[in-house]
Amino acid sequence: MAGSREPAEFTLSSTGSRRLRSWLTRHLQTFFYTLGLLSRAPLASFLTAAVIGMALALPAGLYVLLDNVQDATRGWDGSNAISLFLELDVSDDGAGKMAGNLGNWPEVGSVRVITRGQALEEFRELSGFAEVMDAFSSDNPLPAVIVVEPALDAGETVAMEKLLERLGTLPGVDYAQFDLAWLKRLYGVLRIVERGVLVLAGLLAAGVLLVVGNTMRLSIENRRQEIEIAKLFGATDAFIRRPFLYSGLLYGALGGVIAWLLVMVCYMLLGEPVHRLTALYSGDYRLQGLDGVASMVLFGAGSLLGLAGSWLSVGRHLAVIEPS
Amino acid sequence: MIEFHGVTKRYPNGHEALRNVSLRIESGAMAFLTGHSGAGKSTLLRLTTLLERCTKGQVLVGGHNLSRLSRRRIPYFRRNIGVVFQNHRLLMDRTVFDNVALPLVIAGCSHAEVGRRVRAALDKVGLLDKSRANPITLSGGEQQRVGIARAVVHRPRILLADEPTGNLDPELSREIMGLFESFNHVGVTVLIASHDMSLIANMGYDILALKDGSFVHSQGSAV
Repeated sequence: MAGSREPAEFTLSSTGSRRLRSWLTRHLQTFFYTLGLLSRAPLASFLTAAVIGMALALPAGLYVLLDNVQDATRGWDGSNAISLFLELDVSDDGAGKMAGNLGNWPEVGSVRVITRGQALEEFRELSGFAEVMDAFSSDNPLPAVIVVEPALDAGETVAMEKLLERLGTLPGVDYAQFDLAWLKRLYGVLRIVERGVLVLAGLLAAGVLLVVGNTMRLSIENRRQEIEIAKLFGATDAFIRRPFLYSGLLYGALGGVIAWLLVMVCYMLLGEPVHRLTALYSGDYRLQGLDGVASMVLFGAGSLLGLAGSWLSVGRHLAVIEPS
Repeated sequence: MIEFHGVTKRYPNGHEALRNVSLRIESGAMAFLTGHSGAGKSTLLRLTTLLERCTKGQVLVGGHNLSRLSRRRIPYFRRNIGVVFQNHRLLMDRTVFDNVALPLVIAGCSHAEVGRRVRAALDKVGLLDKSRANPITLSGGEQQRVGIARAVVHRPRILLADEPTGNLDPELSREIMGLFESFNHVGVTVLIASHDMSLIANMGYDILALKDGSFVHSQGSAV
């Protein structure tokens, strides 16, 4: 009978108690083996990682830029104040009365009147044109202003626009406008840029997948003989895949580090001039670099993309290599 | 240990490499497979290591019916077999030590165990002092001995060799055959494909002669 006289059958799997330890051993062996392979061809490894690094640095840099613009203008957008510029013939008393009426509107939170005199005084102080203004002192060109702080949320843009329209058509009001309309527009633009950065990041991530995938394809081709021999001596697909996955991961991680360095170098190059510029606007704004969380995300994204790229490529290209 | 029952292997191009072949090699036996190139020797070995599956018939190795072995278990199956090639197929970018260590690394042996067993295998083939050398610096006979050390380092139950002396002079060939005999003496089942009749005729083992995919005559009891 077939096999009945065999002293023991072939074992067809690794034995239980040794499994976990040999699993750990293999991963450690593969990790250091892969590290050794990469360091044996330092220039080629660096170039691959540098391509990945640059692809990651572009969206990361734009993200930092956006973050800084949003940071610099933070706190400003909380204000929804509407300025009502009154007709020049409305008296201070008239302005006060209007303000009193407006204070009773449900949409209105608080109201503040800047009289024509106060407006002129403020302008003289802040503009530095005091002497010029003195020439007009007999004939104040500035209107009185009622600053209306709506009781609406910043997000209720439709209600806000309606309020602005109603206020603009009140008798005695020349025109009404949001105090920081330009900031709202800037935020609109930033949101578009933000979306653009996301799209760009997506495209570049796909690029990283392709770069890693192609590197793995070449590397598999170079090590074809080794793969065949390993399969002949009973290597599982997982065993053969592992060093390629590790090298993809290492390329990606190294790419993440290079991207981080690139962004930080740009940040240091820009930091000084930006600080000088904000000083000219009597501000004290300092450029923010990548914080800890963003750095980890960058590093993690690089590693994951490297791993995913090699996974996609290795799965396809290893299957066709069978020993002969 | 190795049994073929009415095995036929037909390739997609219609060529029949083996025709209705039956054989039986007992556990612990040693046998030779001979015949001209193209007679089916390599195909027989390829079926035994599951590099290919037969078209008809049954192949049993180590008590397993190979046609019923799933693809997932093939790697574990192969770990019970050591293979020696005519062109040795060593990895030239690794040291002798690393070449021999490969089957142990695949099996997940610990670092210490790998070192101990690789040294033992290299000692057995007389190349312990060359463990740090690159295979390319070794002679043909030495390279083949490294190949043999790699084939036995994981203590396989079966040792297969495809023309292991194909490129060696007669004296080196006898030396290599002596090595195979010594492994057979410790219980390994050995099957060697060789067309060198002058070398194998007087060694006293079963000889299976293939011609055009069928056994034509044999010496011994294996067919």
